[in-house]
Amino acid sequence: MRKSRIKFAVAGLAALSLIAGACGGSDDTTDEAATEETTGEATTEECTELTPVKLQLQWFIQAQFAGYFAAQDQGFYEDMCLDVEIVEGGVDIVPQTQLANGDVDFAISWVSKALASREAGANIVNIAQIFQRSGTLQVSFKDAGISSVADFAGKKIGNWGFGNEFEIFAALTKAGLDPAKDVELVQQQFDMSGLLAGDIDAAEAMTYNEYAQVLEAKNPDTGELYKPEDLNVVSYEAEGVGMLQDAIWASGEKLASDEAYKATAVKFVAASLKGWAYCRDNAESCRDIVVAKGSKLGASHQLWQMNEVNKLIWPAAGGVGAIDSAAWDRTAALAQETKNLEGKTVLTAAPDAEAYTNDIVTEALALLEADGVDTKGEGFAPIEVTLNEGGN
Amino acid sequence: MTLRRAAYRTFMFVMALALVAALWEGYKLVGPKDGGSLFGVSILPRSNDTAMPHVWDMLSRYARAERRGSDTQIWQVVLSGAWYSLRLSLVGFVLGGSIGVGLAILMARFKRAEQGLLPYLVISQTVPLIALAPLVVAWGGKLEIGAFVWPRWLSASVLGAFLAFFPISVGSLRGLTSAPGAAVELMSSYAATWRQTLWKLRFPAAVPFMVPAFKLGASGAVIGVVVAEISTGLKGGIGRLIIEYAREATADPAKVFTAVFGAAALGLTMAGLVALVDLVVMRNRPKEVAA
Repeated sequence: MRKSRIKFAVAGLAALSLIAGACGGSDDTTDEAATEETTGEATTEECTELTPVKLQLQWFIQAQFAGYFAAQDQGFYEDMCLDVEIVEGGVDIVPQTQLANGDVDFAISWVSKALASREAGANIVNIAQIFQRSGTLQVSFKDAGISSVADFAGKKIGNWGFGNEFEIFAALTKAGLDPAKDVELVQQQFDMSGLLAGDIDAAEAMTYNEYAQVLEAKNPDTGELYKPEDLNVVSYEAEGVGMLQDAIWASGEKLASDEAYKATAVKFVAASLKGWAYCRDNAESCRDIVVAKGSKLGASHQLWQMNEVNKLIWPAAGGVGAIDSAAWDRTAALAQETKNLEGKTVLTAAPDAEAYTNDIVTEALALLEADGVDTKGEGFAPIEVTLNEGGN
Repeated sequence: MTLRRAAYRTFMFVMALALVAALWEGYKLVGPKDGGSLFGVSILPRSNDTAMPHVWDMLSRYARAERRGSDTQIWQVVLSGAWYSLRLSLVGFVLGGSIGVGLAILMARFKRAEQGLLPYLVISQTVPLIALAPLVVAWGGKLEIGAFVWPRWLSASVLGAFLAFFPISVGSLRGLTSAPGAAVELMSSYAATWRQTLWKLRFPAAVPFMVPAFKLGASGAVIGVVVAEISTGLKGGIGRLIIEYAREATADPAKVFTAVFGAAALGLTMAGLVALVDLVVMRNRPKEVAA
């Protein structure tokens, strides 16, 4: 009697572990080994064993991160003797925290947010500034008559909060408006339905995502998709208050103490930049790579995103990934000076000199140039993308 | 008899669904397109097609491709997502159920344990899941016990278990202590050990309390798993689908509802599984006669 009961328990445990085992397997993204043979690689030492590297993204797979997926898919990482696992983000995943905790080796994050984490004690360092320009817009319908920041006065201005609102506040302050009194600030969802429904006069949008979502929606008056002519767009980059966004961050502690990590960082940055150069020249191929990786967004939306992201990266006068000290200082200054509604700034003091380094990216660019990769993209010309309904 | 009853219940279930659909469409018909507000506070929800897609749009969305150019229809995607989340929820439910019943036995056995543990159980449920999720997920890939490496998905199951164990432990405790005093005294007059009393008296007496508790726990496990998926971006399940589709709500509002219904169906399936087990376990028990 007793024995059979134990047997039951064992059987139950076995069944449980079977269920458990069946659940695994589908959560890693690195299983596709690159098969393509690339020649003329700049790696000097013989590669006997791939170095495992984990990269934390800010969000799910999408063309915003196409360069890394392209580097993985095209075997650029493997050529550098790296085995890169790309970890997707989530609603509550903070890439800087994952990096500072040592869960990942590198992380993608916006400069202002990462600097706030650094000020809070996370020893993370910007080693490559991928997006040279800010992609934040304020989008409104033509009939609202908002063609400049000065027109924000008295209007309902959407913003995402969570540290995404500082460019808006900086622009308002610069235009002589008081964010607390002269405009009505509206908390915005992460889609554009607020703008379409009229809750918001001007909605915050990224060039590569939310702006496209409007252009993928049907205008009920005409029965056709909204057109760029229907919209007014205020670009914070053009207004001179753009803050630096996607950058590769590394652990400051390991950079200082671990030579192997530093060498890995150079290789990782070089291969990633090569991936971005590939996406500059092969936007459609990169779209396919991202879609094949399991992005749920439609193909035309992804191609739009790829193209817009390329515009934020290229041309890169100082070489792709190089951190431009002027843009850095502007971001840091805005982060210190711009107060939000609670009177808080992103940073309370200027970031220390160790917050970024061009050492890694300079070495990486030298590797790429020896390899014949165009790292400046002076001849870059964006493609024309036609969006379909729903981004499909 | 039972067959007729089952048919009747199925009929009522379908009718209830139809009623909800009719209410939805009815409101769309009469409700204000842009919502109604009183003194600047919005009271009535919008009834336009972006905020409230037609029932047939949502249902027909299932049969259309997930994206243009992809061969998979959305029902296949939602089904496979629900299957993935179901397995995680089952693991969480079994985990939460074992812990819950274990704690209930402990508390039923020792009064001290009840006094000491119960407040903590209540406190545990006030911790917001989204605060816990990133912490638990950080165990993924880092925790190693011997040859066992903690996989990321197990964190989602643990969060499911976290929501599941509470109603189960409280319900089971109530059930285990529900045996009438005379019956307990009879058992002690037979010199039955505590364990014998537990098996022969307390557990059978607890079943009517435990079944609803397990049903609550089952849907709790689903919620925990779905929230964990949303919060940590775990790929493959229904929670991740909800958030991915929600991003497309601007242009394709029906899409997100397909995943939401999938999650609801998942909760029903889990509760249904418990009911099924109840049916099988209790098949030999005399039907209760109304007093």
